[in-house]
Amino acid sequence: MTAAATLLQPKARTASMSRRHVETALLLGPALLVLALLFVVPLARLFSLAFTDPAGPFATFGVLAESSVYRQVMWNTFVVALMVTALCVLLAWPVAYVLSRLEGVWFGIALYGVLFPFWISVLVRTFSWMLLLERNGPINRLLMATGITEAPLALLFNNVGVLIGMIHILLPYMILPLYGAMVRIDRRLLLASDGLGASLLDTFRRIYLPLCLPGLAGGATFVFLLSLGFFITPALLGGSNAITLSMLIASFVNDRLAWSLAAAGSLALLAIVLVLMGLAARLLPIERGLFAR
Amino acid sequence: MTQTGPQQGQSLRLTGVSKAYGGFKALEPTDLVVNAGEFLTLLGPSGSGKTTLLNLTAGYVEPTAGEIRIGERDVTRLPARHRNIGMVFQNYALFPHMSVGENVAYGLNVRRLPKPEIARRVNEILSLMRLDGFADRAVQQMSGGQQQRVALARALVIEPDVLLMDEPLGALDKQLRRSVQLELRRLHQKLGRTTIYVTHDQEEALVLSDRVAVMDGGRIQQLGTVDDLYDRPVNAFVAGFIGESNLLPVRVLSTSAGKASVDVEAFRRTIAVEAAPGTAAGEPARLLIRPEHVELGRDGDGVAAEIVEVIYLGELTQLTLRLESGQTLAARQITDRALRAGARVHVTWKPGHVRAVPHFPTKPTKTEKADA
Repeated sequence: MTAAATLLQPKARTASMSRRHVETALLLGPALLVLALLFVVPLARLFSLAFTDPAGPFATFGVLAESSVYRQVMWNTFVVALMVTALCVLLAWPVAYVLSRLEGVWFGIALYGVLFPFWISVLVRTFSWMLLLERNGPINRLLMATGITEAPLALLFNNVGVLIGMIHILLPYMILPLYGAMVRIDRRLLLASDGLGASLLDTFRRIYLPLCLPGLAGGATFVFLLSLGFFITPALLGGSNAITLSMLIASFVNDRLAWSLAAAGSLALLAIVLVLMGLAARLLPIERGLFAR
Repeated sequence: MTQTGPQQGQSLRLTGVSKAYGGFKALEPTDLVVNAGEFLTLLGPSGSGKTTLLNLTAGYVEPTAGEIRIGERDVTRLPARHRNIGMVFQNYALFPHMSVGENVAYGLNVRRLPKPEIARRVNEILSLMRLDGFADRAVQQMSGGQQQRVALARALVIEPDVLLMDEPLGALDKQLRRSVQLELRRLHQKLGRTTIYVTHDQEEALVLSDRVAVMDGGRIQQLGTVDDLYDRPVNAFVAGFIGESNLLPVRVLSTSAGKASVDVEAFRRTIAVEAAPGTAAGEPARLLIRPEHVELGRDGDGVAAEIVEVIYLGELTQLTLRLESGQTLAARQITDRALRAGARVHVTWKPGHVRAVPHFPTKPTKTEKADA
């Protein structure tokens, strides 16, 4: 609509716009209602439990903070999530790079190789890892048969098992955003850098890496958040030796019926995640890399 | 940039350089010498090997055979980062995550020059390119013409031995292209830096270059000044690619000392003309007549023709003639209102301006030979 037309028909314009607002509200309504009733309300109710403990409004947080066991669990959760994220970055980088350079049939095959694990349920994959990693499982037998180790390694029911299982499940979440960033990088930018006299390291550090940052940050965020809240894999592969916050919260609810503690634990996790993400968004020069088209 | 003499940069010498991708020969063995301070254009259609030749010079592609020297240095096996070249890409390839100033400073930063010197040289080149005050702009905020200048500034600020440009005006609209051409010419006259310029636009080549290498089929077909190429093309490809031309099929009867006797079927007569080297009896050849060299008369012993189309261009008129043989011929005349479609005329040509040229591209021929 031109400016003149807008001036001539202000009433018609506002009328049509308010009608559009009604339509929008009606279309969004059912989904909003379901979300509010089944998600927001229970969540608010859960969080309110954290502050309505008979012992006082912040007693639950006190319990969590004072117990060295709980502090250990929280620390362990973040260490595992950070290690999973870091190892996923290292493992995903070459895969994403190769994907970005492949074409045609080979690209298709490689992409399906990355996506294929999505077709199998997390539970099935985690159980498979239990079989593979157990004391007399195929991996330990292979290590011993080849003489790499004398005695079977403890690969299960500790952080090693948790890391292996979680990396396996979360790796595609790192590869795909990274691939997306890499494939958008114009090869001529790298040629231009080379022609201007930059060493290979300079070209990587000053051109390639900054242009990969949006994908790297996106993938790392996915992986970090998902690993913080991961339950099945750490529960099955870590057991009682590698307890994470999600396992602790589950045990508050299932074993001790301590709903207020579970609520406080969830809230603490949420708060820490928000702070970390805020810091990351502030510190990483992501928005500059976003110009890379 | 320091004000030294009008010649900066180094000479460039390619000896027997060729490039093959598998069975496909992108560049046949090629010799080329570009003098220090010279502006040389590689002109040809796509797939003619001109970009391959440029990439070989830049060091982005390794030659299959041959030797490349910049000045006295043998750079054949050196990657681009060690050659001290300045490259301007068709899409400019500006770094999207850096400001204009950071883009221009890039080549100096990676050379680890002192910060004050970098700042001084960046400011000097930005002001030379009339980009003062744009240093902090994001490259996305710049117009196409400005981006082109930033790319040129980024290539020039490192004081390259050779400046390489790959169709740098291809992304600009036509009017802007014209003014940037003149600016490039002014800049080259001021800096005198050895430049190799790739384009498929003959007008661009004529405006800018000291010498032009016309390329086709992975070969330099002819290397020479604009006059050489226009007046003394060595074959039908060059004759057709530079300027407008009538190329009539002919049968070469005999040749001697730069002259040939040819049977022109379109004229239904045999005439004696200048001949390009390589024109030989029995070999396929074309007769080149530039439209401005066609002369029209009311009668006389010319070839009878009918005017079928008249386009007034102001001072000049563009005519299309149909000869009795059915062949059409383009002609350009000083405007004369008596020349109307349907009029019958007799066609003659300026002696000495009609030339027999081999039809199939010959081996690379030096201009010196063509002059001999």
